[in-house]
Parts: sequence; C-alpha cells; structure tokens
Amino acid sequence: MSTLQSLATDIALGKVKIVDLTHTLDPDFPVIILPPEFGQCARFRMEEISAYDHRGPAWKWHNLTLSEHTGTHFDAPSHWISGRDVPNGSVDEISLDAFVGPVVVINCSEGAEKNDDFELTPEVIQKWEAEHGIIPAGAWVLMRTDWSKRSGAEYLNMREDGPHSPGPTPDGIKFLIDQRDIRGFGTETVGTDAGQGSHYVPPYPAHYFLHGAGKYGLQCLANLDQLPPTGAILLAAPLKIKNGTGSPLRVLAMIEN
Amino acid sequence: MTEPLAFPPKKDPQKRSTTPTRPPEARSRASLALSAAAAEGRFALQVCDECQTVQYPPRDACVSCIGTDLRWTDVSPKGHLLAETTVRTSTKLFFRERAPWRMGSVKLDVGPVVLCHIHGDCVRGGAVKLLNRLDKSGQGVLIATPLERSDHMEDDPQLRALSAHPKHRRILITDAWNPNTPALAQALLDAGAATVFVGEAESWRPHPNRDILAKMANVEVLPLDVTDTSSVQKLAGEIGGKTDILINNARFLRPGGVLSRGDTGFARDEMEVNYLGLMRLAQAFGPGMCARTADGVNSAAAWVNILSAYALSNTPDYGCFSASNAAAYSLSQSLRGEFRSSGLRVMNVFVGPTDDDWHAPLPPPKVLPQGLARSVVAGLIDGLEDVFCGDIAKDIRDRWQQNAKVLEREMTFGSDSA
Repeated sequence: MSTLQSLATDIALGKVKIVDLTHTLDPDFPVIILPPEFGQCARFRMEEISAYDHRGPAWKWHNLTLSEHTGTHFDAPSHWISGRDVPNGSVDEISLDAFVGPVVVINCSEGAEKNDDFELTPEVIQKWEAEHGIIPAGAWVLMRTDWSKRSGAEYLNMREDGPHSPGPTPDGIKFLIDQRDIRGFGTETVGTDAGQGSHYVPPYPAHYFLHGAGKYGLQCLANLDQLPPTGAILLAAPLKIKNGTGSPLRVLAMIEN
Repeated sequence: MTEPLAFPPKKDPQKRSTTPTRPPEARSRASLALSAAAAEGRFALQVCDECQTVQYPPRDACVSCIGTDLRWTDVSPKGHLLAETTVRTSTKLFFRERAPWRMGSVKLDVGPVVLCHIHGDCVRGGAVKLLNRLDKSGQGVLIATPLERSDHMEDDPQLRALSAHPKHRRILITDAWNPNTPALAQALLDAGAATVFVGEAESWRPHPNRDILAKMANVEVLPLDVTDTSSVQKLAGEIGGKTDILINNARFLRPGGVLSRGDTGFARDEMEVNYLGLMRLAQAFGPGMCARTADGVNSAAAWVNILSAYALSNTPDYGCFSASNAAAYSLSQSLRGEFRSSGLRVMNVFVGPTDDDWHAPLPPPKVLPQGLARSVVAGLIDGLEDVFCGDIAKDIRDRWQQNAKVLEREMTFGSDSA
C-alpha cells in the first residue's frame, strides 16, 4: 500500500483523526482593535444575494466582506514592516511545502488561567522541551492557552490600558526562531502577540521577529486541547490572494489515535 | 380639563390590529407651503406684498387686492374661538374611527377667520392659540389650543393625533456607543416613554455608556449592529412589533475630505453605518411600524434620523462624512414617500458639530447630548419633520434656504499658498 493509501485507510478507520482548529466565521467574532484614527480590520459580514426567491429562484448565495486578518487566519511575512522585503513574502508566493508540516503544542493553559498576561519565555519553552524533546526545525509551534474557550468581552479582555491576553516575550519568540528555526507560531488569541505586546521592545515582538525571519503566524485557533504535545501534522493553506498579507483559512490537524 | 392618557392595557392577541387610515391628503400647490411650515413647527400664513392682507385659506391671488405676490410669513397665532361644534360621524374613515371630533372657527388677531380642529380645553369666545401641525397624511392643519397651558393638554386625543409624543411609547435608540445615547434615553423617559430599547454593537468590547445605561430603569440594552443585516433582522424579529418610535443615532465619523484620505476605507465605513445602516433598519423595522400606526395609545408614530447639517451642503474638512449624510438625507426623503400612506412620520434632526472626539479641534458652539435630546423630544411632541438643533445647524438651514449655491461657494473657499 502506498503512503497515501495507508493514510486514507487510517483516516477511514479512525486511526488518524482530523481535528478542526478553526473558529466559525461569525459577524460577532472579535477582531483586533487599533486606536480609532488608524484603519481598522473589517468585521466578517454576509449579505444575501438571493435565497431561492425573486432574486434567484433556485439558488442561495451570499457576498462576504472581511479582512485578510478576520477570524482564524494566517499571517504572511509581508504583513509586518520587518518582513516587507522577505522574498515570496505574500500568501500567493509562499511555497506550498510551508502549508503542511509537523506541529508541537506548548501547553500554557495553567499559567494563562492564573495570569491573563502570561508570557511565553525561553524558560517555559525549555521546561517543555525537557519533557517532550527539542522542538524540531521546521515545526509549527502553537501556544495553547485555552483562550479559545472564552467568548464575548472576555476574549479581547479589553481594559482602559488595552487588551490583556497571553503571548510570547521578545526573548521567547527569538529563541524559537534563532535556536529552533521554527516554521511559524500560532495562538488561540486574536494575534500572535500578547494583548500588551505593544509595550515590549520591539513592540509586537512576535510579528516583528517572525515575519522579519520569513516565518508565519496563525491566530484565533481553537481546539488546541485536542492536540498531542508532539506528533501531529498541521494543514494550514491560506487563500491564494495576490499580494495578500494573510488570509482567513480552515486550519486542520491530523493526529494519530 | 383633559383626561390624563392612561397607560394602555396589554393587547388582546385575538383581536386584529387596527388598519391605518388617514385624513385627506389632496391640497393645492399653494397650500403645501403650510405643510412646509408645519414640518418645522412654524405658524406661517400668506401676506400680500401689496396691501399686507393676511390670507387664509392659502390661495394664488390676494383676497383683498388680487395681488399675486403672497409671501409666506410667520404671523401671530393668537385669536379667539367664534363658534364650535362636535362632529359625531363622517364619511371619512379616519374621522369616523376617531369621532367625536371638535371643529370650529377662530378669528385670528391678524385678520382671517379659519376653520380648524379644536382642542378639548378651548371654550367658546375664549382666547386661543393656533398650532400648525402635520396630520397623519403629512399635511399642515390648524388646531386651536388654550392660550395658557392646561393640565395634561398634550393628552387631548385630537392634539395627540397630530404629534408623535413619546408618552407611553416604546422607543428604540439604535446605537448604545454614541455619546448622546444616555441623554436621549433619559429625555425620552422623562417625557413619559414606557420603554427605551438601546441597540448595542460589538458587545465583545467595553464602552463608557454601558454602565450608565445598565443603571437606568426601563432601558433595555439589546444586540444591534446596523452594519450587520442579520443582526438588524434579528432584533426586528424580536421587538419590531413593539417599536413605536425608532431613533437612528448610529454614526460613523472621521474627519477628512477626498484627498486628505488616501483610500476609501473610512468612507466605506461611513456609508455602511450612515447610509446602508439606515436602509437596513428601514427594511427590517419599516414594514412592521407602518402596519401599526393606528395601534392604539402606543401606536407606531415616528422614525427619527440624526443627520449632519452638512448633509445639505458639504463641509470639505469632513467631506466624506458629509457625503454619507447627504446620501442618508436623500434616502430619508425616499422613506417619507414610502411611509406616507401609513402615516408613519420621518423626522430628520440636523446637527452641526457635536461635542465628541472627532470634533475636538473645532471651536464652540457644539451640540451637546442634552441639547440634542431636548430637540428630539420637542420635535416628537410637536410632530415635526425637520428639526435644526443648535446655532450652526440653524445658520446652515437659513443660508441654504436663501441660496444653496451661495452657501456652497462659502463652504468651499480655497487658501492661498505662501
């Protein structure tokens, strides 16, 4: 049996399970909020074109409005100023190999439960590695915080001094890039950076360092609690948008039962 | 003395809601100026340029000298009641359903004798003040009221039929985020509103009005985002059948004209909220409200838009925002036509710069939330179609009515380069 045939058989038999890491695109799902004088991320909107009626008797369809960065989405290097000159830095140019690959999950849910501003530091990463092994080069690293189980105002957790949600420190994300050569970094929160990420040096370190190094981002992920720490494969292919800096997408993981 | 209007009992669900009817709409073209004055709450009659005779009813030639220059002029509304009668039946369904109905003749101090509606508190031979009000057909009609305010006078059935009084009515304010919302809600409750529903967009982020509104009795905050068709439809499904007055204060505003912005991003948001938001609300709430304009004490009465006075003539500092309001203003005129047969009134409240973040760099005067709230409530009580709130809005109106092109030229002066 070929590799693909045996994979198909294992999926059919339930030996390999597909996990959906995607939130439903919903008009009420939070998006990142910037100071109001800046341009803003479009919310997801859906307008009926017809619904088996006088506007189209036998068919129903919708027009959509959304941003490249609405809902569960992929960040390409060209999203950030540090990645503006990265070759093949937009979603339509990225090599297909990047979209399927190994994934490790660092469980920070306990820390995030106690501290909304929980930080992923090199120490946290190395402690995880002591238990699960060194993060392999080319792996997606996902930060599990169980943040996806929050809804409404709890999700952005916006206060007068801005949003409060977990994320990596500058050292933490640099460690993953420089020492482990990861493929990309993903979170359950609205961005790859912490809610208070604008107060680090540099501001928004995950965006700054990841994209400057030609790495990718995934955010607004869900169901990370269903993934093993290592051994899963991630399928994350953004839409092929000309010069796109990112894209909403369906993120799937394959895990072995 | 007028009997105070009792809070209506709950509807009998087995009874069919009363079908809206309306008084006769047909008028001569000359008479329409009376409706135009009533739309702003002014008591104006024709005065002959030649011989100064005040005319009534409106006509094309002077009753005294046959002069044809009859200028519509604000005149004293005072007079005395000559004769009165009570009509107990009528061939017109509107009056038949509302009989008995007082009618009478009033001798105005400025000359003419007018046949008009009579408030229940007026006595034969007594001094009266005439009001020029829009009826359910949207036409100006005259009603005699007591010179001095009498108790509960606004509850007189004939006067209430010529107003959109908030008393006992259920009112939807569409945008909880707007800085004017708490003041609006409070003013409506003070005027006797039964319930104020407030639509709140994006409850997933906090805003300063939330706590204030949560503490107000008879205020219900419900999810509503005018940029989201499904959200508008959902709320209309829930409360569309008990929305008697809708006040659309949803507004997206950023400073800037065409060239000072590099893109169409904010302009799109402005159109989504200020223009398409109005359209979505009208499509979802309009039909239900139109069907309920004769539904007893808390019948549907008015649709209120808060618009920028720069809808009339663009101010390039806020050029794109003004354009979105011009679109909304034009749409409100279409809605007037579409709502007309039902008797549902569209009241546009025009404001100059409002006291908020986006007008912070401008000098005073600015429209404060309390001032806007007063104008909205007064406009509803007087049954107006056009309200100009604050000095700047009134100034724009005056200049626009005088000469729209001159105003445009004034608004678009250039600056010399150094």
